Amino acid sequence: MAKTKFEVDRGLTARMITTVFLLGLVYAIGVTAALIAGAPVVTVVVIAAVILCMQYYFSDRIALWSMKAEIVTPEQAPGLHAVVDRLCSLADMPKPRVAIAKTDMPNAFATGRSQKAAVLCVTTGLVRRLDNEELEAVLAHELSHVAHRDVAVMTIASFLGILAGLVTRLLFYSELFGGMGGRGRGGGRNQGMAQLAALEFAALLFSALIYAISFLLIRALSRYRELAADRSGAILIGQPRVLASALVKVTGDIGRIPTRDLRSAQMFNAFFFAPASTKGVSISSLFATHPSLDVRLEQLAKLEAAMGRQG
Amino acid sequence: MKIFDVLLGRTKPIQANLDALFGLPSAFITLEASEALVPSGEAGVCYKPMAGQPFAKTTEEIEGLLAVGGDPAKVREETDQFGYHWVVLSSSDPQALVTQAHMVNTTLQEEGYGPQLLCSVFGFHPSGATGSATVYLVYLYKRGTFYPFVPLGGHERRDQQTELRLEIVLGNDLRTEKEKERWMALWGLPVH
Repeated sequence: MAKTKFEVDRGLTARMITTVFLLGLVYAIGVTAALIAGAPVVTVVVIAAVILCMQYYFSDRIALWSMKAEIVTPEQAPGLHAVVDRLCSLADMPKPRVAIAKTDMPNAFATGRSQKAAVLCVTTGLVRRLDNEELEAVLAHELSHVAHRDVAVMTIASFLGILAGLVTRLLFYSELFGGMGGRGRGGGRNQGMAQLAALEFAALLFSALIYAISFLLIRALSRYRELAADRSGAILIGQPRVLASALVKVTGDIGRIPTRDLRSAQMFNAFFFAPASTKGVSISSLFATHPSLDVRLEQLAKLEAAMGRQG
Repeated sequence: MKIFDVLLGRTKPIQANLDALFGLPSAFITLEASEALVPSGEAGVCYKPMAGQPFAKTTEEIEGLLAVGGDPAKVREETDQFGYHWVVLSSSDPQALVTQAHMVNTTLQEEGYGPQLLCSVFGFHPSGATGSATVYLVYLYKRGTFYPFVPLGGHERRDQQTELRLEIVLGNDLRTEKEKERWMALWGLPVH
């Protein structure tokens, strides 16, 4: 009886699996290193975990605070709430809190560790520039981030990256001190110092490498999750081209306006609708958190075409 | 399964639950007996239109079916300010309203558009009175539940006391929505 009109986008799924797998691999290397190195590593890892847990639990408050956004009640913003109400009812999701940031930069983000604790935030600039249906499309994209639990996934992913870098670093230090103890009994002091310097350099290099790899993987994962949110959002509202037109409007505007505040907020696991891009970011798509506009529009055009086909 | 959906950033479109609509006739009797409310003669099915020709064809098909089922003048279509489409049915026979509403949503679902369905709304007014509905019963397709919606004229306020009382009254006949935050306000309903 129940038919779903859209098959899963296999290409996107495959890329995401690859990224997650590679992230896991980096993590596994780190954990192996931790097991070899022993107890002191665990202490440091626990501290890192606590910091990330705090970021995870307070992600909503941190993001709202850094954007100077305020939660609004249905009485304060009836139109916005009505749109969110309907979308949540269509998607059968609990309704997140709704916030407005008073900035003319057109953007939106979703944050919060769970569906119940989620916050959707739009800027006054976004509401001003987009019509009702485009605003709905942007909110559907953000709601998809909430439904996909992107805050949790990306927090864990970045935690694994940091962990891997940290652990390899510590592993080298523990090797270092272990080695020094051995040499202290037998060999000359000068030789020990030279080895120590070489080992320290190698440790730096290796941990930097691990961090760089995990960083690139996390960025790739972030881009795939943006595409996934575009896709789910467009299917939810049934109108991919409305999301596309919102993207074009917002991206065009954002490119022209310098954007310090948005980028600093990006550190705090908030999922923006469009990145606040600077020239440096657009040069290398490898480092971008969001896919390029062309890629996003192409995906939406394909979806629109799929809706136009029979059966 | 769920963990994979999370890892891969997927959501499955939620299918609509249609069967609960048939609990309505007994709710009509209860409402008349204990609250002196009778059906206003109008009901609406609300859905989010999907882009593309196949969906347009399905809606045409529905229009055709409704025209066969009864007087075509008694079906009205409207698009609200949020871009949702309303098929407003009117009939003096409440049973016919339920059947027609069910026909609209089964047609959409059979064509694979179940996820597009938002809600159905049935209007009521005090027995003896004529004119527009003052009390609404809203059916949420994705939850399979009903809730009462009682707007207070003009200022986008709702009569929450009456809504809560109606929820208790209807409790035996219908599955009412327990999560109150899902009782969304529907201002400017095209159903009268």
